[in-house]
Amino acid sequence: MNYFPDEVVEHVFDFITSHKDRNSVSLVCKSWYKIERYSRQRVFIGNCYSITPQRLIARFPGLKSLTLKGKPHFADFNLVPHDWGGFVDPWIKALAKSRIGLEELRLKRMVVSDDSLELLSKSFPNFKSLVLVSCEGFTTDGVAAIAANCRFLRELDLQENEVEDHRGHWLSCFPESCTSLVSLNFACLKGEINLASLERLVARSPNLKSLRLNRMVPLDTLQKLLMRAPQLVDLGIGSYVDDPSSEVFSKLKAVIQLCNSIRSLSGFLEVAPCCMSAIYPICENLTFLNLSYAPGLQGNDLTKLVQHCRKLQRLWILDCIGDKGLGVVASTCKELQELRVFPSDPFDAGNAAVTEEGLVLISAGCPKLNSLLYFCHQMTNAALITVAKNCTNFIRFRLCILDPVKADPVTNQPLDEGFGAIVRSNKSLKRLSLSGLLTDQVFLYIGMYAKKLEMLSIAFAGDSNKGMLYVLNGCKKLRKLEIRDCPFGDVALLEDMGKYETMRSLWMSSCEVTLGACKILAKKMPSLNVEIINESEQLEFSLDDRLLVDKMYLYRTLVGHRKDKPEYVLLL
Amino acid sequence: MSSENGKRLLETDAGGLNFEATELTLGLPGEPRVTSDGGAKLGSKRGFSETVDLKLGDNNREVKLGHSLQEAAKSPVSKTQVVGWPPVRGFAKRGKKSCKYVKVAVDGAPYLRKVDLEIYNSYQQLLTSLEDMFSCFTIRNYLNEKKIEQVNGIEYMPTYEDKDGDWMLVGDVPWQMFVESCKRLRLMKSSEAVGLGLTTGPKYSSTN
Repeated sequence: MNYFPDEVVEHVFDFITSHKDRNSVSLVCKSWYKIERYSRQRVFIGNCYSITPQRLIARFPGLKSLTLKGKPHFADFNLVPHDWGGFVDPWIKALAKSRIGLEELRLKRMVVSDDSLELLSKSFPNFKSLVLVSCEGFTTDGVAAIAANCRFLRELDLQENEVEDHRGHWLSCFPESCTSLVSLNFACLKGEINLASLERLVARSPNLKSLRLNRMVPLDTLQKLLMRAPQLVDLGIGSYVDDPSSEVFSKLKAVIQLCNSIRSLSGFLEVAPCCMSAIYPICENLTFLNLSYAPGLQGNDLTKLVQHCRKLQRLWILDCIGDKGLGVVASTCKELQELRVFPSDPFDAGNAAVTEEGLVLISAGCPKLNSLLYFCHQMTNAALITVAKNCTNFIRFRLCILDPVKADPVTNQPLDEGFGAIVRSNKSLKRLSLSGLLTDQVFLYIGMYAKKLEMLSIAFAGDSNKGMLYVLNGCKKLRKLEIRDCPFGDVALLEDMGKYETMRSLWMSSCEVTLGACKILAKKMPSLNVEIINESEQLEFSLDDRLLVDKMYLYRTLVGHRKDKPEYVLLL
Repeated sequence: MSSENGKRLLETDAGGLNFEATELTLGLPGEPRVTSDGGAKLGSKRGFSETVDLKLGDNNREVKLGHSLQEAAKSPVSKTQVVGWPPVRGFAKRGKKSCKYVKVAVDGAPYLRKVDLEIYNSYQQLLTSLEDMFSCFTIRNYLNEKKIEQVNGIEYMPTYEDKDGDWMLVGDVPWQMFVESCKRLRLMKSSEAVGLGLTTGPKYSSTN
């Protein structure tokens, strides 16, 4: 390859798109490193504190698309206090000062301010795509700035963010000259929007393929929007409430029949079950259906709908569909690859919506299943073993039994054998979440069999340090390990400190790790940031090394301690 | 099952254990983290009147995690929660009907009442219920465009304060939008509204 001019090598590299592969390519030799870095356009940074924006800019001057992740995953469940960090502002400021022609920014679990959004909107003339997932800290004013200033905006995708809604007509801020929108998702916004502006925006966006509305968009507006945009591929419905005998509803039924490009349907943030029948004509073509936010749809409604969805590949649904409903899914959706069943009311165990039976039916009926997120009230070893026999293609297997330490209700045994069967037969498993009553044995199995495992989430499990050690020793590809409320302590933490350099991060909360052990780890491993989050009532940190640490988060980094930590975080 | 397991789980002898009353705090996703005493604390208790305080994570505790959960299960209060469990983001927003209590003030009444807007499905139901609650008054019902019998000559206009702090006439916006934006209700004496030109009722339809 050394005989080829750089341009040829670069052209070859154009075909290498995955981040992992490009990273590998850059390590081959100096010449490839140089060619690769100048030609690199897309960069993924899984932990925003692992590197600084300055170093990013220095290495990749041709950067066009940046993905950043901030807070640890358990922040989604209120385990990370407010103001912990993950601020995007320094990144945007640094990029704005540089010559980088940023076109795409994708953020997950980061704190974003209106000022950042405004600076972003004004600094990059070619900016095309903003995707914010599970972020917070901004208001609709920031969104308005993006709308107003990004002349070639193609994508504005707000997923599950906490946005303060000022109802400032952000939608009206899209100039009349903006006709480039391909994707617009504002489902997570809570406030009213200017419906006329929305209609006009959709009317002048011929390339619009994806539109996800919020709850404030009523059914009659939906009907008008679909008239303007029958070419939509992905639709998120806001409010879906009307009188089925109304004229508006008839119009909606008619226009939906024209929307035969829709492959993905979500939303239904407000829904009248009697209106669901209008959707049936497009169900035939759906590959993704997300009803997990739809309140008030009963099992029957869901089942009737699903019966029409023979081509479904991904289904996100609430557990009120019930085991029987899952049986209908199993017999209808033969192409199903991903299933997520969310809890509608986890505190009411009397209304046991889905159990192990539903899961077994799915595993038997859906041979292509490779990704599962399943919230249920109970699970048995026998069921898991059956699932493991039926399904050997799992990449993601996340099981959440709502009572965190519930045993197999039939045998009263822990669920070690069940999960053991899952990891034994699913050799491609990359992500696993455990729950239920579990001993060290399950971790022995995981260490033995889950050789491709990259992310593991553990809660209320295990008996001793051995559990954690089995995992650390056996799972060679492990990148993210998050543990809460397990009896793992210093011995496990310190046994193989070098291991953490091969991982992105480790989270341990309410375990048995002492301050002293964390200090030892931090001292021995300068390439790790070891953060202690202390929220106890004592505002000062006790210096007693024997004290148990409430929350510890450690991650590898090239740039040492972060400068933006809040008071309650102790960086060792 | 190993004996170690047993020790973690099935202790019923509370006296033999070496931890204090445990405290759990409860938080919903996205809520502010500062409690009223000003200390930065994870989670604020809200929305569930029945919670039990369980303390997980005391620095000096002897770990009996299973026992903490056993305590939770045995508590006389029905709704007990562990922070961050179940691990589902945006849980409060999925499929659940939350309760939305708002104050109802009636001009001239010595005290206020509270109603849960979530239990009604329409303006009609709400107004009927308010009429029952304040039975000596009648409420001017625009929606049906009919005059209700006036019992003692006093008519009331239902108004509400929205999220922006403005006082609005009940009935203009779709029901769900109203529930979402209503912070409190006030039954205002019609005589105060005379001269403001508020004689025609709103149309019940979605507006731009």
